Amino acid sequence: MAEKTLLLKMEHIHKKFPGVYALNDAKLELMAGEVHALLGENGAGKSTLIKILGGIYEKNQGEIYIDGTLKEINSVEDARSQGISIIHQELVLVPFLSIAENIFLGREPKKKSGLINRSKMIADTKNALDDFGLNLNPNSMIADLNIAQQQMVEIVKAISFNAKIIVMDEPTSSLSDTEVEGLFKSVKKLTARGIGIIYISHRMSELGQIADRVTVMRDGQYVDTKVIKETNNDELIRLMVGRELTSYYTRDFNASNEIVMEVKDLCSEKSNHVNFELRKGEILGFAGLIGAGRSETMEAIFGLKKITSGKVILNGMEIQGLTTKEVMKKGIGLVPEDRRAEGIFPDMATKFNITLKALDEFIKGIHVDGTKEHEISSKYINELAVKVPTDQTPIRSLSGGNQQKAILGSWLATNPTVLILDEPTRGVDVGAKSEIYMIMNELAKKGVSIIMVSSDLPEVLNMSDRVAVMSNGSVTGILDHMEATQTNIMEKAVQY
Amino acid sequence: MKTGTNFIKATKEYLKRNTGILLGLFVICIIVAIKSDNFLTQDNIMNVLRQISSNMYLASAMMMILIAGGIDLSVGSLIALIGVIGGTLISAGIPLPLVVLICLLVGALCGTVNGFILSRTTLPPFIVTLSMMNILRGATYVFTAGSTVRIDSREYINMGTGYLLMIPLPVIYMLIVILIVFIILNKTKLGRHIYAIGGNEKAAQFSGINVKKVRMFVYIFSGIMAALAGIVISARNYSGNPVAGNGAEMDAIAACVVGGTSMTGGYGFIGGTLIGALIIGLLNNGLNLMRIDSYWQIIFKGIIILVAVYIDYIKNLKKNKSN
Repeated sequence: MAEKTLLLKMEHIHKKFPGVYALNDAKLELMAGEVHALLGENGAGKSTLIKILGGIYEKNQGEIYIDGTLKEINSVEDARSQGISIIHQELVLVPFLSIAENIFLGREPKKKSGLINRSKMIADTKNALDDFGLNLNPNSMIADLNIAQQQMVEIVKAISFNAKIIVMDEPTSSLSDTEVEGLFKSVKKLTARGIGIIYISHRMSELGQIADRVTVMRDGQYVDTKVIKETNNDELIRLMVGRELTSYYTRDFNASNEIVMEVKDLCSEKSNHVNFELRKGEILGFAGLIGAGRSETMEAIFGLKKITSGKVILNGMEIQGLTTKEVMKKGIGLVPEDRRAEGIFPDMATKFNITLKALDEFIKGIHVDGTKEHEISSKYINELAVKVPTDQTPIRSLSGGNQQKAILGSWLATNPTVLILDEPTRGVDVGAKSEIYMIMNELAKKGVSIIMVSSDLPEVLNMSDRVAVMSNGSVTGILDHMEATQTNIMEKAVQY
Repeated sequence: MKTGTNFIKATKEYLKRNTGILLGLFVICIIVAIKSDNFLTQDNIMNVLRQISSNMYLASAMMMILIAGGIDLSVGSLIALIGVIGGTLISAGIPLPLVVLICLLVGALCGTVNGFILSRTTLPPFIVTLSMMNILRGATYVFTAGSTVRIDSREYINMGTGYLLMIPLPVIYMLIVILIVFIILNKTKLGRHIYAIGGNEKAAQFSGINVKKVRMFVYIFSGIMAALAGIVISARNYSGNPVAGNGAEMDAIAACVVGGTSMTGGYGFIGGTLIGALIIGLLNNGLNLMRIDSYWQIIFKGIIILVAVYIDYIKNLKKNKSN
């Protein structure tokens, strides 16, 4: 690798929003050919810093040097002309246009007549894709690609702008393990060309594989920059949170042997003869690759997907075929995987969100017991430490962790005996993660049985009494807490 | 005591939420009152209320549909169909209560068809109800061969022209409808479910809400309200006219939108919609009193809607920025 030169330096960056000091002396350095991770809890100022770099926000104060010279970045165009490209968490490709049309959107090559030169556009796209080892047809519609492929198209698009600096915001949050591997290969190709990459992720385990250095931010301030090889997770978490987390995972293993729920030969669209038992007060982890049918199986149990055959027995009663509402009445709750799409009512008050599933408790006919409603909402805001100005605040303005806690609260308000948590800590910062683990532990102690579907292996290993592994729609094995390891889980996950 | 403070709190909330349109309403009232001596007479006030009543039946139902994330364009055509059916049945000597019942049932049936299609498919509500709008309008023309059905029955006509304690009957119906919608949206589980579906349909499903059932309800309610409007309008005109209610769905949507209802679902209040309907009604009435050409009224109506939606847009922009 060539000698590394300083590509980007952001110094003394300040940004104030009305009422909030979002960035207070933030700093970031990026070398050519480096993958530089940016770590911090939600609200630490990572995205504000990135938006300033990308020309979306204007800084109040501070300097940005690119290749050693001071630059003013006041618009997205400025940023682009400086070779800065941001790949957002939500991909911004146009779904019903082709790959080529997306890559050349707004700068289509023209013929002399002024019409678009399609053949040149397609040939150039083909070259760019081949150059990156992507076997895709430039004419394919974006909507027909999977998320990983779309992400690759975003990367190719970024390079086609002669990007020197590429920012990736949580690029792996919706990718499976093999797709993540593919992404990492692409990242290596980029760095080999001297492109610098700023990499934002909550998945600490990834950083060791991909990043060279890491900068930690907290409360809008620069905390420290470390060489990845010379640091470890504990240190990074301590830097992020600013205090020693006594223990990141909280778990007292004390499940009983009493069986609460039995799933027998369950078949549905994505589940193929699924069998497992759930015990009282245990956390049963569900591991597997994305697409293994874990979420779909849970949705089938929960009455959201049709069960074609098999049985679900809860406390001795068969409940397969019931509607979601009936399943809820029997005492099952499900916190869905995709919080924004399936979990929250974004524009509604936090109180509305928390109480919606427990309306029976305070609405009788046409009488609303406002006091009771308020009690329920305050109870869970307090018990789960949901940070919210008032219970009338729309839930979308809370951080991911607080949204997740509020949604968890809305399910606890239904007094479930079985709680299914699908990716309970996805997109949640470390502080809130640790709190959610604590809550799960408390619930299990109280005798609530928890099914935790998770793609975060350390979380599965540390929290589960037992780990069920799914592969291609079937449970391929159930491992006890003591015998479960990363290796034997992965073996079972790829069994079919 | 506690109900008292709750009432004050609710009133404050109402004033705060609707400051803009209340101010607009006030300004219109002042201008018209200065320009015309007849405006503030009791007769004229009752007149305005009666004029907005049919729009309010539709708008109340439309608002619930909009909150639930849908739209119903078929109500205008349904007004004509019901007027024609009501007129024909009453002229055939069928007793009034039965005629009213049949009309309301036909309205409910049309709503059921809309609701059924929308809960079994993923077709957009705009398209489904647009088709229904054409089908019903066409059916009305076919049924009457394009001519008007005369109504002679005094008791039928009385339903649109009569009074109870000096208050026009259509206004009484309006008050009842407003009360019903208020109770549904604010005091029942169904109301919460309507907001939830419009707020995030997927999350509503995950919360165990029967989305199909709720959707069915709002469209059936809309059909019944359109039938009510059809009866009242035909009674007031002494006839069932196949062109009646043309564009009525748009006036209903306008009242909702001016009143702050979100076109993307999840937000809307009956108090706001009432002000919206009042603004549109007063505009027509005031411009009439000021002897301004009725063609101009349409232009003013367009401008008012645009201004109201623009204010809403600015408000949302600020809200999103502060987050």
